[in-house]
Amino acid sequence: MTVIEVSNLQKRYGDQVAVRDVSFEVRAGEIFGIVGPNGSGKTTTVECLTGLRRADGGMIRVLGLDPARDRAELRRQVGIQLQESHLPDRLKVWEALDLYSSFYPEPADWRALMAELGLTAKRNTVFAKLSGGQKQRLSVALALVGNPRIAVLDELTTGLDPQARRDTWQLVREVRDRGVTVVLVTHFMDEAERLCDRLAVVRAGEVVAIDTPAELVARADVPGVARPTLEDAVLALTGPTASTPN
Amino acid sequence: MNAATLPETVESGAAGRRRRGRTAGRSTARLVVTEAKLFVRDPLGSFFAVIFPAALLLVLGSAMPGFDEPSADIGGRKPVEFYLPIILAMAIGTVALVSLLNVLAADREKGVLRRLSTTPVSPVRLLVAQLAVNVAALLVGSALALLGGWLVFGIEARPNVPGLLAAFVLGSASMVALALLLAAFTPTSRAAMGIGSLVYYPMLFAAGVWTPGPMMPEAVRRVADFTPLGAASQALQDTWTGDWPQPLHLAVLVGCTALFGALAAKLFRWS
Repeated sequence: MTVIEVSNLQKRYGDQVAVRDVSFEVRAGEIFGIVGPNGSGKTTTVECLTGLRRADGGMIRVLGLDPARDRAELRRQVGIQLQESHLPDRLKVWEALDLYSSFYPEPADWRALMAELGLTAKRNTVFAKLSGGQKQRLSVALALVGNPRIAVLDELTTGLDPQARRDTWQLVREVRDRGVTVVLVTHFMDEAERLCDRLAVVRAGEVVAIDTPAELVARADVPGVARPTLEDAVLALTGPTASTPN
Repeated sequence: MNAATLPETVESGAAGRRRRGRTAGRSTARLVVTEAKLFVRDPLGSFFAVIFPAALLLVLGSAMPGFDEPSADIGGRKPVEFYLPIILAMAIGTVALVSLLNVLAADREKGVLRRLSTTPVSPVRLLVAQLAVNVAALLVGSALALLGGWLVFGIEARPNVPGLLAAFVLGSASMVALALLLAAFTPTSRAAMGIGSLVYYPMLFAAGVWTPGPMMPEAVRRVADFTPLGAASQALQDTWTGDWPQPLHLAVLVGCTALFGALAAKLFRWS
């Protein structure tokens, strides 16, 4: 079953074209990755499909809803974690979860969620005093507290240490195992390789390939490299010497 | 936690509306409680809004020579009596340009509003919660100042109550509109504090904090009449002594509220 459908998405900021032509489908229950260099349009794409920005052209359906028209209903069913969004410094962990759960008609049990994310010991700690990994876990918890059917996670592990990154990957797998479809935006190839069932590779606002990580590696044509990695494969697709898609 | 149990389609009809209505009521209450906690946890903000007006009145009243004694220069009345309505104007200015402006700017800078915009709750409701908490703080701060004036200095007044309330409400509305407009301009909380104090101190001057009542030179008063806090202060002083506020002051307050409010609504960005 398809839960997200994006076709021929376009978005400009003034003269700057952020998304030229992006199309993909996300199936229920998968972890779908969007990878590509900085400025390739990954974040703009997820902002359009979550209704945070209005697309200039193309069609988007998320759970059958149009993000631009059905914003409120979409947000009841889609949990979103954005880069660079914080909470007030003096807000405590339990208060944030309690507050955000009140926004949804059928929220998850935030105490159980707090325990699953290993935040119970920090329940009375204010946001400013949390470590980077703890802030990230709280952010994921807030994206899940509304009991969403889809979770959109943007640059989840940027700035985390290696152990915290691995813990977060495990968390994303557990989220998927609950039956939540995950859309993961990242520029870390190890993350994409280990987590994602399928990947959309984006370059300069266009999708240049959609496939499983293994297929992308198998299809890779990297001159002079005997056993290319996913990073080699994606760089070959998105680098300055890559051929223009058609 | 099982996605399969969630409804496949948008819930429609009366039951869905009722449920959404309940969620809206519950989340608004939770937002107000949360904002109140955050307000109390910010020691500087809560001191300035709640304690400062009464503290300033008590410090001035007991430290300034002759402040608490009848003076022949002003018709045998006590200077502190003139000062009380000015303290109320100052309380309005402080809540708007210090507490409210800082929380608005900090939330936007940190991406709190952006985070909120990913949920079904509109950031407008956060704004409403912040306004409610700041207005409550203003009322408590003003009540403490009045209580202090009455208990410590035995100030007796026969204010024109409807006029006083009108001046207080319109003065607050115009300063809140000004704070929203400034918040629309300031990208960071540092900038908000800078621009806030750039506006705050001249506003206090116009309100007569340094030149209370009859001590304000006529030329200054004429300029102050056209500033929101100056007009609010004059209207509060007039109604404090039992008169009606002057139409000019009410017109300035209504005009400022409309102008600043419209500009703020046009310029304000949520992220």
